Amino acid sequence: MTERVAAPPAVRADGAPPGGRGPRRPPPSRRDRRRARRDGAAPRPPLRARLARDWQLLLMTVPAIGLLAVFHYVPTLGNVIAFQDYSPFDGFLGSPFIGFDNFYWLFTDVSFWQAVRNTLAITGFQLLFFFPVPILLAILLDSVMSPRLRLFVQSVVYLPHFFSWVLVITLFQQILGGAGLISQTLRQNGYEGVDLMTNPDAFLLLVTGQMIWKDAGWGTIIFLAALAAINPNLYEAAAVDGAGRWRRIWHITLPGLRPVIVLLLILRLGDALNVGFEQFFLQRDAVGREVAEVLDTFVYWRTLVTGEWSYGAAAGLVKGVVGLVLILVANKVAHRLGEQGIYRRS
Amino acid sequence: MTTASKRPAWQEPPTPVGLAAKGLVLTAIVAVVTVPLYVVVLTSLSPAEAVNRAGGLVTVPDGISFAAYQELFAGGVVTRSVLVSLGVTLTGTALSLAVTILAAYGLSRPGSLLHRPLLFLILLTFLFGPGIIPSYLLVSSLGLIDSYWSLILPTAINAFNLVVMRAFFMGIPGEVSDSARIDGANDWQILTRIVLPMSKGVTAVVGLFYAVGYWNAFFNAILYLNDNTMWPLQLILRQYVQQGQTLSVGSLADPSQTSALPPNLAIQMAIVVVALVPVVLVYPLVQRHFTKGVVIGAVKG
Repeated sequence: MTERVAAPPAVRADGAPPGGRGPRRPPPSRRDRRRARRDGAAPRPPLRARLARDWQLLLMTVPAIGLLAVFHYVPTLGNVIAFQDYSPFDGFLGSPFIGFDNFYWLFTDVSFWQAVRNTLAITGFQLLFFFPVPILLAILLDSVMSPRLRLFVQSVVYLPHFFSWVLVITLFQQILGGAGLISQTLRQNGYEGVDLMTNPDAFLLLVTGQMIWKDAGWGTIIFLAALAAINPNLYEAAAVDGAGRWRRIWHITLPGLRPVIVLLLILRLGDALNVGFEQFFLQRDAVGREVAEVLDTFVYWRTLVTGEWSYGAAAGLVKGVVGLVLILVANKVAHRLGEQGIYRRS
Repeated sequence: MTTASKRPAWQEPPTPVGLAAKGLVLTAIVAVVTVPLYVVVLTSLSPAEAVNRAGGLVTVPDGISFAAYQELFAGGVVTRSVLVSLGVTLTGTALSLAVTILAAYGLSRPGSLLHRPLLFLILLTFLFGPGIIPSYLLVSSLGLIDSYWSLILPTAINAFNLVVMRAFFMGIPGEVSDSARIDGANDWQILTRIVLPMSKGVTAVVGLFYAVGYWNAFFNAILYLNDNTMWPLQLILRQYVQQGQTLSVGSLADPSQTSALPPNLAIQMAIVVVALVPVVLVYPLVQRHFTKGVVIGAVKG
């Protein structure tokens, strides 16, 4: 792949983390240079002149900002009901405030901690068994010499990323389920059928397998881009020095990928409480909530099914706040390690 | 061989064993993705006798029949849900793309008025989700329960896509728009006549991301649509295929019913194919732009 990553420095400085208050030490030059350029080239024109110049740009952002304000920021404020005994009849204003009672009940709730444990178990399992797969797959794809073959395999492995979870789970059911292809073949040959879709003990394996099937191929994109950026002279020099295929992977490819790997790893850790909703919602009934209840499904079932609005909102708020802290910490760590802190969904 | 000529001189020629192993692994990977799809498509196209003869899913072609599809599209639940999904996807994608392009361009010039605070507002949405319950209460208080707008408006703008788009616009050399401005063009004209025609690739990728998001949307419909005559395709897929399947799994536990097959397996698989086809059709058109879109977003998000 010859795709180049053109990155004008100013863009990164603008995407700088909003969380990092105060003077940031590294990297010192970029932002200062930009500011100096801006201020030095032309002193900031007066407000009215800027409005006259930029009003069209401002107008263009109105629909997006409006949508975000209504559907993101208003509900964020709506989290106040976590501190209330909310009832839909009384509304936000009429419902009584009860302080931290909801949180107290939440933290003494066995099923809440079960959901936390399940969520963390799934994240941990994915870190161990999902995370390395795109790296290995990218190295394998990168070693394919024929561009045509590589493009074909890439097209095939990217595809499942675009399938919905309903579809992915349906496909898994058709292959691994009790009436699926594997059971069917086993029974026709005189063996017992197996049902891997309803076995709570195999659930972690199952969901990680589904993750790999759906997203491992897509995950290679960023590693392939990093691989393409490794200077080929390094490989040549190593080969001349007598390094074989595997030693070149170990001493050049993997170190070349290190920044991306570290960064994605940290971001995944910062996102530890997010394992997705639909995959678990769809399989919760089949395997039971002892293993399949994650934080998001906990919030959903506790609220929309039983009507405990404030309780569910409290659980959601705890998840959001812990997630925010984790991401900020992860980003700090990334900066410490000298990596670009980035904010992207993973 | 064309492949050999691409290999640099210093690299040792591949060993036969290594080549065979690599070929095997690549074949296995491709098979893991394609075989389930093949079986599903084949079963959906098989006549009922072939399904019975195979005792379930059909792996070897055994006659062809479009009966399942004729039944699906004879009107009724599936036909309606396909129309709903198509409508939501087309409307939503058009709206999302328009809003995203406008905002991305509006924020593509550092130093413009309110540039930093507005960008901050958008990036902040990466860090904190409002949560399921407050979002539900909001949509409910706006009166959007059982309205198709509830499937579109809450997810209409995605900050990641916005950042990808903006990063691409910022990569266009400033001289281009400067010269247009000297010629008297305003920002709206620069966007529609110069920047957009240069951005077909990234528009296609972002459009695909949005379209796939709407087509696959499941959770919003579960939350906001109580009326099951309004359900989009993904919910129909779950009800008739995934949950229908769970029922037959349950009957498996009862030994007397082991041989009981879901009678309409071909129809179930046809629903799967219908959910699959639009994605597979659009995908090749934008596939070559993926790397650019994703990497730009990752580096600059």
